Amino acid sequence: MEKLLSIIFIYIFVENFVLHRFFGICPFLGVSRKMETAIGMSMAVIFVMTMATLVTWLLHTFVLVPNNLTYLQIVTFILVIASLVQLVEIFLRKISPTLYQGLGIFLPLITTNCAVMAVALLAVRQEFSLLEAVVFAIAASLGFSLALIIMAGIRERLELANMPDVLQGSAVTLITAGILSMAFLGFQGMLTL
Amino acid sequence: MKQNNVYIQDLTRGIVKENPVFVALLGMCPVLGVTAFVVNGFGMGLAATAVLIAANLVVSLLRNYIPPQVRIPCFIVIIATFVTIIEMVLQAFQPVLYEALGVFVPLIVVNCVILGRSEAFASKKPVVRSFLDGIGVGLGFTLALVILAFFREILGHGTILGPDPESAIHLFGSNFEAMTLFAQPPGAFIALGLLLAIVNMLMKRFNI
Repeated sequence: MEKLLSIIFIYIFVENFVLHRFFGICPFLGVSRKMETAIGMSMAVIFVMTMATLVTWLLHTFVLVPNNLTYLQIVTFILVIASLVQLVEIFLRKISPTLYQGLGIFLPLITTNCAVMAVALLAVRQEFSLLEAVVFAIAASLGFSLALIIMAGIRERLELANMPDVLQGSAVTLITAGILSMAFLGFQGMLTL
Repeated sequence: MKQNNVYIQDLTRGIVKENPVFVALLGMCPVLGVTAFVVNGFGMGLAATAVLIAANLVVSLLRNYIPPQVRIPCFIVIIATFVTIIEMVLQAFQPVLYEALGVFVPLIVVNCVILGRSEAFASKKPVVRSFLDGIGVGLGFTLALVILAFFREILGHGTILGPDPESAIHLFGSNFEAMTLFAQPPGAFIALGLLLAIVNMLMKRFNI
């Protein structure tokens, strides 16, 4: 229990996936312009990341390791993630059209979101148990969402700000992300696994 | 003569004019994640370049055989194969670099620069042009990593060619107090943001 709680705290705040570990920077810069899209992307990522980690962990433990096939890890994981995204897309379209309309555009983008792949790989590399791996995935995706939503809030105001035109767009977004990351640096060293 | 021009364009386009990092803003995760030291940035750049060239070649060779409906999964499998090879090569011959890059080595597979080039260029163009494009874009990516790492290492550690104490050159003597911020995550964001602003300014000045 203690370990689960510290996993949750560490991967939301201390080692935030976007602001400290640099995973998932592309969607972080790409969809943080509006609050609405940021929330949609966050939901899709939480969903896919948890599912992907569950499936890849099971595959790794019960198929790859017993058969000495760990060198196929990268190929297997990326295929699982890509097909899972497709599956989720088809499933959502049938079951919940409203949710599908909300998440629809973001789902294909998740395949190349390196945060998903990173969670799957790290869960295996750090030798988490199944429960720990799933909690880790949820915490990491919540950390991702937190960073994305804070950033969207800042960027909506940033649109109105007056600044030199060379800074406009991605340059100022990165500098803002740096300042945000500095705030999260305050959690540094509070907890380790 | 005209034919040669096309080849030269393919080779040079990715380096400055359509630089994957500074202009297209792709593949940012390793750019921020491994650039605390020039050596790591350079190694990461070369590994990604090798995968990019190989993937471009194979995708271009198979471009008439891959059905368009399932092209993305096919590209991903081709890329993942080469990433696995590179990971094994690094693990065997460059264990220090492999440790330093950590999980970013297998993450080359989700680097959007590589999938982007397969989709936008190699799946439509002949083999030689795809090969040259792979070299150009790979060099552009490596260049961006090395430039960012150069500034971050000097500001954050005061060295060049670290972290190995044997090869590290200390630039400022013993009284130097490093700006640790630039070695840490916030510094990566801020340094890249400032670098992008400078690149924007230069591009505007020289009309590139």
